[in-house]
Amino acid sequence: MNRSSSNNQHHWRKLKSALASGLAFTSALLVISPLALVFFYLLISGATSLNWAFFTHLPAPVGEKGGGMANAIVGTLELLGLASIVGIPVGILGGVYLAEYGSARINWGLRFVADVLNGVPSITWGVVVYGLVVLRFKSFSAYAGGLALGLMMIPLIMRTTEEVLLLVPNGYREASLALGISRWRTIVNIVMKTASKGIVTGILLALARIAGETAPLLFTAFGNHFWNRNLTEPIAALPLQIFSYAISPYDDWHRQAWAGALVLVVGIFIINLLVRVLTRERTARLI
Amino acid sequence: MPVVASIPAVERSASQLMAPPSRLGDKAFEWLTMAMAGAVVLLVILVGWQLWSDSMLAIRKFGFHFLGSSTWDPVAEQFGALPFIYGTLVSSLIALVIAVPLSIATAVYLTELAPLSIRQPIISLIEMLAAIPSVILGLWGIFVMIPFLRDYPFPFLKKYLGWTGLFTGPIYGVSMLAGGIIIAIMILPIITSVSREILRSVPNLQREAAYALGATRWEVTRIAVLSYAKKGLFGAIILGLGRALGETMAVTMVIGNTPQVALSLLKPGYTLASVIANEFTEATTDIYLQALFEIALVLFGITIVANLLAQLLLKTFGAPQTTRAVQ
Repeated sequence: MNRSSSNNQHHWRKLKSALASGLAFTSALLVISPLALVFFYLLISGATSLNWAFFTHLPAPVGEKGGGMANAIVGTLELLGLASIVGIPVGILGGVYLAEYGSARINWGLRFVADVLNGVPSITWGVVVYGLVVLRFKSFSAYAGGLALGLMMIPLIMRTTEEVLLLVPNGYREASLALGISRWRTIVNIVMKTASKGIVTGILLALARIAGETAPLLFTAFGNHFWNRNLTEPIAALPLQIFSYAISPYDDWHRQAWAGALVLVVGIFIINLLVRVLTRERTARLI
Repeated sequence: MPVVASIPAVERSASQLMAPPSRLGDKAFEWLTMAMAGAVVLLVILVGWQLWSDSMLAIRKFGFHFLGSSTWDPVAEQFGALPFIYGTLVSSLIALVIAVPLSIATAVYLTELAPLSIRQPIISLIEMLAAIPSVILGLWGIFVMIPFLRDYPFPFLKKYLGWTGLFTGPIYGVSMLAGGIIIAIMILPIITSVSREILRSVPNLQREAAYALGATRWEVTRIAVLSYAKKGLFGAIILGLGRALGETMAVTMVIGNTPQVALSLLKPGYTLASVIANEFTEATTDIYLQALFEIALVLFGITIVANLLAQLLLKTFGAPQTTRAVQ
């Protein structure tokens, strides 16, 4: 009797375990299902709206068919370039400090602040840069948009640079120092060179992350239906264009928004793919 | 993991001892990098100061009444943030209720249960979900999710759970619940990946000990893994909350953008981030603009607190980082 009850209990425990495993598996499926759904509709609605004119033409006025987002595609690339000018040097050098200099306590603090900064909502950057740049110069501009995105890049690049520099074996540093090469040359020519692929990976990840950002651009870059001839003037960007078309009442613009979304997502995924290739090679070599 | 991470630090101090006497180039380079690393501290101060000084007018005029008033009337120049604070908190709460169980269960699946060969593919898919821009999720939300919710789940909820008061009123589709669902999708990847790292850092000894006592797989997970990792998992959840509070584009596109405090989740709402996104460029008067700056200040304050708490929990748990280039 005693035995059968403990047997029952055992079955019950095994059943519970199997049940929990099943639930965990279902959860994993549910977590990746939005990806499949979003992708499915992007392909269906995006691919049918995509044509050559999309890449070569300016947006058409309301009511006219056709038109494209050539200015927005170029605008996004320009904004990424401007953001890189701000984000990459500050991020990389900051990462060097974290990995090569600084006491453990200071670095803990800096890392902490960088991670907190990373969690600041992206729209905050738009508001702050509006106050800093747009109000002061009384104009929305490509510079303002680039600055907002660039500030977002700093903590991202800083943390990834630090991580890859810490992967460089200390023997490299010691060998170089033993040859009488100065510390900073050791860092630049030996440590950073060894980790260069990893650093590039970090930059690409940061670019992929900010390429789709809309909120920081709403009141900095502002958007533009024409080509931007001067970086002190408003500039178009793909995410901005997608947003304004998506909330518009015109079917034709909705189709354009889907096409723009497909182009943007494909661009971001290509960067991520590149990252994957780079990290695979690097880990294969280092480990 | 923590053991491995501490080794370079020890060796580094040894190499510092052996460094040649300082030269000009060395000093200059060290100071340059220090200045750049210090930039993050400066940035936090800059953001806080900028938002504070640009909302001075509104802070003086409305005082604490700003946080408690639910009038938002640009024409009469009366501004209160309550509907937005309410909308931000409620939509984030809905998102957490949906995302937390799913994310943690997925993290458990990926660390404890899944066959090794399918772990990496699933992780890659989750990373891809994380890479989808907010505005694209919003686009999908408007044209795919909202019509679906309006036609099937919402009438169902209203019919069978209407008595709770949470699902009453006309069904527009755009609603607090839709906003919460889209935020949930956006924070699934980060909670999952941080939780996964937390669970991975649980020592195997924990699991082996529980197995040795004859525990089933679920019992091992519950007793030896989840309870051990409680603090870190809580950090992951708060980190997700921080992201949820600041989520802007996708929410703005599906929440309905109506400043009201309503119990029914089927009614439209408005969040702090959404009102900034929608009205910032329309603010015609100084006080209107300053009120929006103050909204941004409130949002910044809330998210900083959430992120501080999350980082403290994660860093003292001693495992993972939030930004990783390399797995």
